[in-house]
Amino acid sequence: MSPAKKPPPSQELIKGIWRENPVLVQLLGLCPALAVTNSVANSIAMSGAVLFVLLGSSLLVSSIKRIVPTDVRISTYILIIATFVTIADMILEASVPAVHKELGAFVALIVVNCIILGRQEAFASKNSVGRSLLDAVGMSIGFTLTMVLMGTVREVLGNGTFLGYSVLGPNYEPWVIMILPPGGFLTLGVILLVFSWVKRRSAARDKVASSIGGPAVQEAA
Amino acid sequence: MGDLVWILVSAAVVNNFTLALFLGLCPFLGVSGKVETAVRMGIANIFVMVLTALAVWVLNTFVLTAAPFLRIIAFIIVIASLVQIVEMAIKKLSPALFRALGIFLPLITTNCAILGLAIFSTNRGYGLVEGLFFAVGAGIGLTIALVLMASIRENLEPADVPDFAQNMGLVLILAGALSLAFMGFAGLFSAA
Repeated sequence: MSPAKKPPPSQELIKGIWRENPVLVQLLGLCPALAVTNSVANSIAMSGAVLFVLLGSSLLVSSIKRIVPTDVRISTYILIIATFVTIADMILEASVPAVHKELGAFVALIVVNCIILGRQEAFASKNSVGRSLLDAVGMSIGFTLTMVLMGTVREVLGNGTFLGYSVLGPNYEPWVIMILPPGGFLTLGVILLVFSWVKRRSAARDKVASSIGGPAVQEAA
Repeated sequence: MGDLVWILVSAAVVNNFTLALFLGLCPFLGVSGKVETAVRMGIANIFVMVLTALAVWVLNTFVLTAAPFLRIIAFIIVIASLVQIVEMAIKKLSPALFRALGIFLPLITTNCAILGLAIFSTNRGYGLVEGLFFAVGAGIGLTIALVLMASIRENLEPADVPDFAQNMGLVLILAGALSLAFMGFAGLFSAA
């Protein structure tokens, strides 16, 4: 891995948002994405906790990567992650007890969220501190966008409100099912279908473009 | 006795771990391609859950009373190492059982269903017996969900779905339908 081959740092930040979006592309972290997105406020609180844990553990893992023996690296990462999750749990409990109560066990379950361990193993343990932090921020933004999107769809349809404010007026008959568990599965399913449809269409367009434009365009892509 | 049955049935169907609480989605989506694999995965899960319930009870009663804030860290470390030790023991004592369940054990060690079980039973203040019933119920619930999903997916294989839908999106919609069906169990006990 020569430094010349590495993508520019900005790429580390951007890739998490669309091309390697943790939830939509890598299908990681589905438990929280489904469980706590029944309102926008919960989605945001959960995303904040994930951002904190991911930043903290990426920072620590990338700075100690040289002194951790390979055999025990996973256990070390888990310990580091569990520590940050405990801190996040305590901060949430102290600052927003109502939200903390609603998120319940799912804050503690960030420990086993594959996004976090996945980024440590795939990225932070191999890259510099700066790049790992950018990667962590990018992944968190991608996660947050997906969470807020799901929270918005589910809260607006299921309750007629956005962040507690009425959007659809008093005459709207809420689709209660959307804030119940099946709504989570259905919303994420539809989002994934739309996502894969859009990707397929743009891939088909690229193909047409490259067959017309010849190798030069292919090179650029 | 009635309470214990209630805990078991409630964890298995009414508050199904996968379909109502979204725990254990990784195996649910990843290992639900074939019914046989799903059954084995489910049984391995029940096994690990019972171990977890034992470990959680020991930790909560004898260790964590002094330092409750270390709960998350202690649970994850103890459960992970316990499963690893048991895996080694099974490999030595019963190679047949190891071949049937072995490869699944490390996969489920740190899955959300296991840690979720630990945290839920702590939050609800379950004792040893209640915790064990809860674990078995949750494991059965997970197995039911896995097997149902695998059966649907096996039958779906020859179906001609549009190519953009041949991914997790479709599986999640199916899961939504299953979850909807399981909501029907919600009234099971309020009537009695």
